[in-house]
Amino acid sequence: MRTLKLLWQLTIPSLVRQPAQPSLGLRRDPAPSVWSYRYQRLMLTPFYRRLVKVGLPVGAVLAVAALWLASDDHRALVAAKYDAMMDAVRERPEFMVTAVEIAGADRALTAAINEVARIDLPVSSFDLDLDALRRKVTDLTAVRSAQVKVNPGGTLEIAVVQRVPVAVWRYADGLRLIDGEGVMTGMIAERADRSDLPLIAGDGAKDAIDESLRLFSAAAPIAPRVRGLVRMGERRWDMILDNDLRILLPTHDPVPALERVIALDQAQQILDRDVGVVDMRLGDRPTLRLNPVAAASLREAIAANETVSVAPIQEDH
Amino acid sequence: MRPLYQTQRAMRAIRRAALQRGVIAILDLGTSKIACLVLRFDGPERAGGADGVGPMAGQTQFKVIGHAVTRSRGIRFGEVDSMGETERAIRTAVQQAQKDAQVRVDHVIVCLSGARPESFALSGEAEVEGSAVTGWDIGRVLGSCDVPDVGLGREVLHAQPVNWALDHRTGITDPQGQVGRQLTADLHLLAVDAAAIETLLLCLKRCDLECAGLASSAYVSGIASLVEDEQELGAVCIDMGGGSTGLSIFIRKHMIFADSVRLGGEHVTGDISMGLQVPMAQAERMKTLYGGVVATGVDDRELIPIGGDTGDWEHDRRVVSRTELIGIMRPRVEEILEEVRARLDWAGFDQLPSRSIVLTGGGSLIPGLDGLAARILGQKVRLGRPLRVQGLPQAATGAAFSAAVGLTLFAAHPQDEWWDFEIPPDRQSARSFRRAVKWFKDNW
Repeated sequence: MRTLKLLWQLTIPSLVRQPAQPSLGLRRDPAPSVWSYRYQRLMLTPFYRRLVKVGLPVGAVLAVAALWLASDDHRALVAAKYDAMMDAVRERPEFMVTAVEIAGADRALTAAINEVARIDLPVSSFDLDLDALRRKVTDLTAVRSAQVKVNPGGTLEIAVVQRVPVAVWRYADGLRLIDGEGVMTGMIAERADRSDLPLIAGDGAKDAIDESLRLFSAAAPIAPRVRGLVRMGERRWDMILDNDLRILLPTHDPVPALERVIALDQAQQILDRDVGVVDMRLGDRPTLRLNPVAAASLREAIAANETVSVAPIQEDH
Repeated sequence: MRPLYQTQRAMRAIRRAALQRGVIAILDLGTSKIACLVLRFDGPERAGGADGVGPMAGQTQFKVIGHAVTRSRGIRFGEVDSMGETERAIRTAVQQAQKDAQVRVDHVIVCLSGARPESFALSGEAEVEGSAVTGWDIGRVLGSCDVPDVGLGREVLHAQPVNWALDHRTGITDPQGQVGRQLTADLHLLAVDAAAIETLLLCLKRCDLECAGLASSAYVSGIASLVEDEQELGAVCIDMGGGSTGLSIFIRKHMIFADSVRLGGEHVTGDISMGLQVPMAQAERMKTLYGGVVATGVDDRELIPIGGDTGDWEHDRRVVSRTELIGIMRPRVEEILEEVRARLDWAGFDQLPSRSIVLTGGGSLIPGLDGLAARILGQKVRLGRPLRVQGLPQAATGAAFSAAVGLTLFAAHPQDEWWDFEIPPDRQSARSFRRAVKWFKDNW
C-alpha cells in the first residue's frame, strides 16, 4: 500500500489539486448506496444466501476435484491409493483365515471337500465367498447339507451332514452307493467293498428305494439267500435269490406278496426246490416255473404214471 | 397513480400476505429520527389464550426481532422534503434493521406525522335487509355515508366507523348479527394531503419496499401510549415530535379527532441555535442535556459551556446559565402547547367526560413539561410511554418511540376501516357486468 502511494506521488496527475477532503468533524453519511443496499437484501434472501454459503463452496470443491480427476494418471493414482487402503484393512491379522476345520465328514469326504474348496491359506475373510463355498460343498453328492462360517480366531469351519448310503445300485457305469432319498453318495469298485448293503439294480431303482428297503426288511428270514432286487420296467420289483431263483413281485403291495412267498417257503420249502421263477404278479394265482430239468422229470413222471393227478386245470371256456 | 382508496385496499391485501409470510417492518418517518422495527409473526396458533385474549391482549403473537434508528434527513414537518435524502435515510434504517434481524423485509407499514391531517365526522344509515345485520348491510351503511368535501388534492388516510346505532340503541361496538331494522354508523374520516402520501409511497418504492399500510402517527402513538380506560373514557394523546406535534382524541376506544400542529422540537432547537449563535447539533445537545421549561434559583448558578469550533477564542469559550437556556426554550414550548390548546378547544375536547391528557413523543421528555402543560391544557396531565411489546429493545422503550410501538400494534390488530368492507353486491355486479360488456365490445 505504501509503495503504491509512493508510486502515485511520483506521477504528474498527483500534482493536480485534489478536491478538498471533508472535515473530520462531519460524520460520513451512513446511508448505504443503492447497490450495497440491494446486495445486502439479496444476501438476506434465504435462497441466495444458501446458494452463496453452501452452493458456491461445494461447487468450487467439486469443480477442482473434477478438473483434477480429468487426467488418467490422477484417476489411476486415486484407484491405487484406494486399493492400497482396502488391502491394508483386509490384510489385518484379525481378518485372516489361517485354518480350515471340516466337521461331520469322514476321511474320503474330507479329502473331497478339500479338493473342491481349494482354499489357499492364509486368506482374508473379505475375500472368502462363503455362499459360493457352501454351494460348492453342498454340490458334492455325499453331502446332505453344509454350514460354512468363519469363527473368531481365524478358522473357517465347514460343518457338513453326510449322506449315509443304504443300498448299492448296480448301474451301467458300475456300482453306486445311494442313500435313503435315492441320491447317489459315491461309487465302489466291487460289490464286496460294501457287502453289508443290499444290492438293487434296474432303471428307476433309486426312485423306489423306500419300497426296496421295505422289501429287504421283509425278506429278513431268507436274507442269506437274497442276492438283490431288480426294478422291472420302472414299476415293479424282482427279487433274485441265489441259484438265479427269481421272485416276480406285483406292482402294488409287493411286501405282502413277498411275505406269502416266504410263508410258502417256510411251510413247503418252495424255494429249496428246483424252481426257476416264482411269479406273484397276480395275487390270486401265484405261478411257479420249474427249471428245465425239473420240468422234464415232471413231464416224464406224468407220462409214466398217467394216473398221477396233476392239478386240474379248469377250463371255463 | 391510483386513487388512495384503491391503494388502501391493495395495502390491506399486501398486509395480509405479509402477515402470512410472517415478517413485516414498520417504519416511523419522523422529522428528527427514522425508526425501523422488524416484526415476526408466529401465527395465530401460538397466540396464547384459547378464547383469543391472551395475557397481553393478544400482543404475544408477534415479536420485534430487528431494530434500527437513524437520524432523519430530508423530512420537514413530517413530510418528505427531499426525496433522495429521505430515500437514503430509509435505506439506512431498513438495512440496519434487516441486519439486526438477519432476515429480508419486503413489506413495510409506515406512519407519517405531517401532511396536514384534518378530521371529518360522517354518518350514514341504511335499512337492514333480512332479520340480522350482515357484512353486506354494514357495507351499504358505509356506502351511504355522504363524503364531505375534503378539498382539492386531499385524500382519505383513515376512515373508521366509530359508532354504530341500531334503531334506537346507540353505542354498539359491533352490530354484526344483531337484530334490528335501521342501521346507522358514525365515521371518523381523516384526510391528508395526497401529494405528501404519494411522494412517500414513491420513496418506499425506490427502496424496493412494498407499502403494506399507512397510518397517521398521531393515531398510532395514541394506541401505544393511552391505557385502555383512557381510550374508553376519553383522552387526548399529544405526540410532541421533532417537526410537528400530533394530537388525537380517543373515546370509546376509537379515535374521533386528530390534528397536527406544525411546530415541534426542531423549532425549540432552532431557537436555541439562533439565540446562542451555536450550530444546530450543539443546540440539540444543549437542549437534551440541560433543557427545561421551569427555571429555579439553582439554575442561575449552573453555567453551561457553549463551546464551538469557529476559531474565535472568545466566541468558543462563552458560557450560558441554565436559566437563560430555559428562557429561550419556554416561550416556544408554550407556543406549541397554546396551539394544541386551540385545536383541542376547536374540537370540543372539554365536552368529554374524562379529559385526560397524555404527553408523549420525544418532545415530552423536556423536564418540567408536565407542569407547564397542566397550566395550559388542563389538570389531568401525565407523561405517556409506549406499551411494552415483546422483544422491543431497551433503547426503543422511551416516549420518543410511541409512534413506532403503536405501529406494531396497528400491524397486529388493525382497526376495521371503510375499505375493509365489501362494496354492496348490487353495485358491484352492475359494474362487473358493464366491464364484461366493454370487454366484448373491445374484442369483437
